[in-house]
Amino acid sequence: MAVVDTPSRKAGWSLLNIVVIVYALVPVLWITSLSFKTTETVTDGNFVPRVWTLDNYGGIFATSEFTRALINSIGIALIATTLAVVIGTMAAYAIARLSFPGKKVLVGVSLLIAMFPQISLVSPLFEIERAIGLFDTWPGLILPYITFSLPLAIYTLSAFFREIPWELEKAAKMDGATPAQAFRSVIVPLAAPGVVTSAILVFIFCWNDFLFAISLTSTEASRTVPAAIANFTGSSQFEEPTGSIAAAAVVITIPIILFVLFFQRRIVAGLTSGAVKG
Amino acid sequence: MTATEAPQRSADRPAPDTGARRRSEGARAERRLAAMLCAPAVIVMVAVTAYPIGYAVWLSLLRYDLRFPDEKQFVGLGNYAAVLTDQYWWSAFLVTMAITVISVAIELALGLALALIMHRTIFGRGTVRTVVLIPYGIVTVAAAFSWQYAWTPDTGYLANLLPEGTAPLTEQLPALAIVVLAEVWKTTPFMAPLLLAGLALVPDDLLKAAQVDGAGPWQRLTRIILPMMKPAILVALLFRTLDAFRVFDNIYVLTRGNNGTGSVSILGYNNLFGAFNLGIGSAISILIFISVALIAFLFIKLFGAAAPGSDVGAAEGRR
Repeated sequence: MAVVDTPSRKAGWSLLNIVVIVYALVPVLWITSLSFKTTETVTDGNFVPRVWTLDNYGGIFATSEFTRALINSIGIALIATTLAVVIGTMAAYAIARLSFPGKKVLVGVSLLIAMFPQISLVSPLFEIERAIGLFDTWPGLILPYITFSLPLAIYTLSAFFREIPWELEKAAKMDGATPAQAFRSVIVPLAAPGVVTSAILVFIFCWNDFLFAISLTSTEASRTVPAAIANFTGSSQFEEPTGSIAAAAVVITIPIILFVLFFQRRIVAGLTSGAVKG
Repeated sequence: MTATEAPQRSADRPAPDTGARRRSEGARAERRLAAMLCAPAVIVMVAVTAYPIGYAVWLSLLRYDLRFPDEKQFVGLGNYAAVLTDQYWWSAFLVTMAITVISVAIELALGLALALIMHRTIFGRGTVRTVVLIPYGIVTVAAAFSWQYAWTPDTGYLANLLPEGTAPLTEQLPALAIVVLAEVWKTTPFMAPLLLAGLALVPDDLLKAAQVDGAGPWQRLTRIILPMMKPAILVALLFRTLDAFRVFDNIYVLTRGNNGTGSVSILGYNNLFGAFNLGIGSAISILIFISVALIAFLFIKLFGAAAPGSDVGAAEGRR
């Protein structure tokens, strides 16, 4: 509907855009503001800190409770993402390019897992992991993370792989490229965006998890940041840990903001790649 | 959760010409390769879901209290009878259904509005699309703490707008409203791209023609845009409903499930890690599993939402 852009239409749209932006950002700005407040002013209810301080950040980075959790979060999320993307790429390639019996079943099963209520797995996994010694270890969290992010990886990747013009590989070979060269210089660059996209989505999922993190860990050995934050206590029993929690929440939000800023298009493409062509 | 749209354009589409004619050898080699490529994914998914869910069924038939491990005993469906005749289960179930229905309904309306804004806005489209991804990506627990402090008397900028002496998070209905608010804020950005993708399928020409024929904006929305978006809407609804039904993180942080705000997931968690009752906890887990399966079944049968693995754009999602 190409309607002429009148100034009033422009004003209307900018107002709507601003509403959307405020809606999305206010909770993030609020927790950031809390993280910069001093202990004395944290309960003043002001949206903008009256007195700014970095003490909360200094405080959390001085305790192993937080730094260990941060290392756990980063390590577990990175390993789970790498494995899920590698395994997912293999399966997605098969789904997009090969014909084999059981393909529909595989697609259906991974969809079912995507809808699976995680709480249903908590009690058996808790028992099984305690029995085989995986409870409160990195692999104990990595395994369920891989499982629940595989559907995500498989769907995103197979959607991307379907769009790759695979004939180019053949063309490159005809022009004298070796299979390895054809793969490296033709297929890899074409597939890379899809792989990066699914890696980001999987990382966000693993980074986000809370239920498994509080159920399958019990110590600093494997507790991730979301679980650690929920366990934060104030430095004395009379003190609420508000500032520390806010600072820790901001720290784990930073990677998400960076992803969104640098890979915005990739993420949107991942979210909608298939829907458009339905 | 998280979300992805994939085009099951046709899961069973014949493979690209390559192997079609050289039947036996080529096809067999292709199957072998496919089996090898899919094996790791299948093994992990089965080992971490199918086997434990079977084990959960077994646990749910036992009297198994971690504080008294020696009194482990087979009790048949006793745990289920205990849960289903208990008012805690039914109130948690009711709370979960209420949160699910209300938040998904609001998300649909808001997501549609957001999709229309992102689709039609004449400038700043990139900025808007970038910014709305932040709620989608942010760690639920971090966002939940932001909401919690916002509504805590004295500390919060929102609580201070309320009359003196009210603590919304300590009363059932206000607390549930805040849970819904936190859920809606977080997951509408998941809804919007899915709906936006459906919106892109509506041809502009059709809308223009309708406009020429005298259809107003509202008529164009309800008579043309929404019917054409139906498949996209159903897929988004199905995924968000199942996702909302397992609501846990927000409630855990906001109220811990106190004052009648606990969802079924919270009830299951509390039985496992508060009461250390693996038998009852597992029975609750299985009942949640059955509820989710029923919801998915109803969606697919009643509304004709795209069945898993079928041709229509199959969405995949999570917060």
